[in-house]
Amino acid sequence: MRDPLNSFIEAIPPSGIRKFFDIVSEMKDAISLGVGEPDFDTPWHVREEGIYSLEKGKTFYTSNAGLKELRTEIGAFMKRHYDLSYDPEGEIIVTVGGSEAIDICFRAMLEKGDEVIIPEPCFVSYKPCAILAGATPVTIPLQEKNHFRLTPEELLSHITDRTKLLFISYPNNPTGAVMEREDLEKIAEIVIEKDLYVLSDEIYSELSYTGKPHVSIASLPGMRDRTIVVNGFSKAFAMTGWRLGYACGPKRVMEQMLKIHQFAIMCAPTTSQYAAVEAMRNGDEDIAEMRESYDQRRRYLLDTFAEMGVPCFPAQGAFYLFPCIKQFGMSSEEFATKLLEEQKVAVVPGSAFGDSGEGFLRISYAYSLRDLKKAMEKIRLFVDGLREKEGK
Amino acid sequence: MRDKILAILEKNARIDPKDLASLIGEQEEEVRKEIERLEDEGIICGYHTMVNWSKTDLEKADAFIEVKVTPQRGVGFDQIAERIWQYPEVTSIYLISGNFDFAVFIQGKSMREVAMFVSEKLSTIDGVLSTSTQFILKKYKEQGTVIEAPKKDERILVS
Repeated sequence: MRDPLNSFIEAIPPSGIRKFFDIVSEMKDAISLGVGEPDFDTPWHVREEGIYSLEKGKTFYTSNAGLKELRTEIGAFMKRHYDLSYDPEGEIIVTVGGSEAIDICFRAMLEKGDEVIIPEPCFVSYKPCAILAGATPVTIPLQEKNHFRLTPEELLSHITDRTKLLFISYPNNPTGAVMEREDLEKIAEIVIEKDLYVLSDEIYSELSYTGKPHVSIASLPGMRDRTIVVNGFSKAFAMTGWRLGYACGPKRVMEQMLKIHQFAIMCAPTTSQYAAVEAMRNGDEDIAEMRESYDQRRRYLLDTFAEMGVPCFPAQGAFYLFPCIKQFGMSSEEFATKLLEEQKVAVVPGSAFGDSGEGFLRISYAYSLRDLKKAMEKIRLFVDGLREKEGK
Repeated sequence: MRDKILAILEKNARIDPKDLASLIGEQEEEVRKEIERLEDEGIICGYHTMVNWSKTDLEKADAFIEVKVTPQRGVGFDQIAERIWQYPEVTSIYLISGNFDFAVFIQGKSMREVAMFVSEKLSTIDGVLSTSTQFILKKYKEQGTVIEAPKKDERILVS
């Protein structure tokens, strides 16, 4: 038989998260701090709208770009939360999660020879999606000493004549890092000077604990027409399973993204879109409540790691901490595997998110305080055990 | 700090003050003192364990009783309410609007015991005009908590 596969695809390594997932699934009664989704249920009033839409038989395709009603609400939400203005006609596409938006954005903008700058550690899908689009990903290893923010120097030193797109994602998965207005301004300056575009994955934008609202790089002067903003419902509204996201950007790019979306997807799930209208209209309070809860757990975990003597930079976003385990002289993967074997606690090795994540762990706090306490006690036992062994 | 402490304690009265302090980014000592002040001021009136008695061997019968009364000059409803709340069988009593004046919740060992209480004690109080007893057959949600087996985390372990 002939080789059925595209050798290009075969060459892409599988997700590092996936690899660890396979190990964890083998383990019975493991406690996991490995999830990347909220522990809350979708707010009931949102679910109810989804149910009503089904009852009323709203089970047909929507327009390719998504329900007009939803795009209008997304426009209003972007204005209200981030002071961004997008025309629901032509500048907003409703997608199947933020993931699809990233994929079609890469494919619409990049071609062979183009370089896309991707700061790491980052979520596992960006690099493969850039490769699938035919482009060359250029990664920047971010530094803990900069709190995993992208610095102007780091950016400048990775720009070449072929650089077309800068990819950023703040608040960040896996580090929990945020970038504030002043940080973004310096990046925007370079982007404009070097005539680049930005794809900004802001899926965690509502989960920022700086006390100030999230700043989108698109809202900085001169950046709106150079930026495609990707966001979605999964994290802010606890709607991961509904598979709903959106992209906003200049019409010229969105038109081509819509073309791919139309051919590959047709439209995002209709039921999810109806539920999402309700989320956008009446969900601000739900977001605030969940944000407060995450923030509390974040503080609790930071204190607990500090007590353990495991350094952890004070992450201010998403629902992850990224503690440094270099003192134990093990790789992230070794540490995570041993922790799983000895104490049955699953965390994701930082190296799954890029080489610069080596020496770190991703700890999710999308869990109840009760679960977090249990898991942290086990991590403490594990760490104490390691230190004892070293002492001997 | 006060509002945050109350919001957390309302849902989890057993939380360790050290953890509570950590959650809201305050000092443990400060949090302990604030809780004490809240207790002294009667803002925190008590701590209560929710028990799903139907899962135990102990028999309990709960009833919700609407009570109509004649308010008394000078003291209105309060004096009759006090007469009613004195009984240890009464777990809650509220003054309500509508056709009745009080909503009274009663817990006894059996339906018979509760029925006897209503006919012999409650109905005979001076000023009580009529009562309407509803036995509670099943509790679904109480104090904001859904009463059923704890929900299982169905999320995939690593994502």
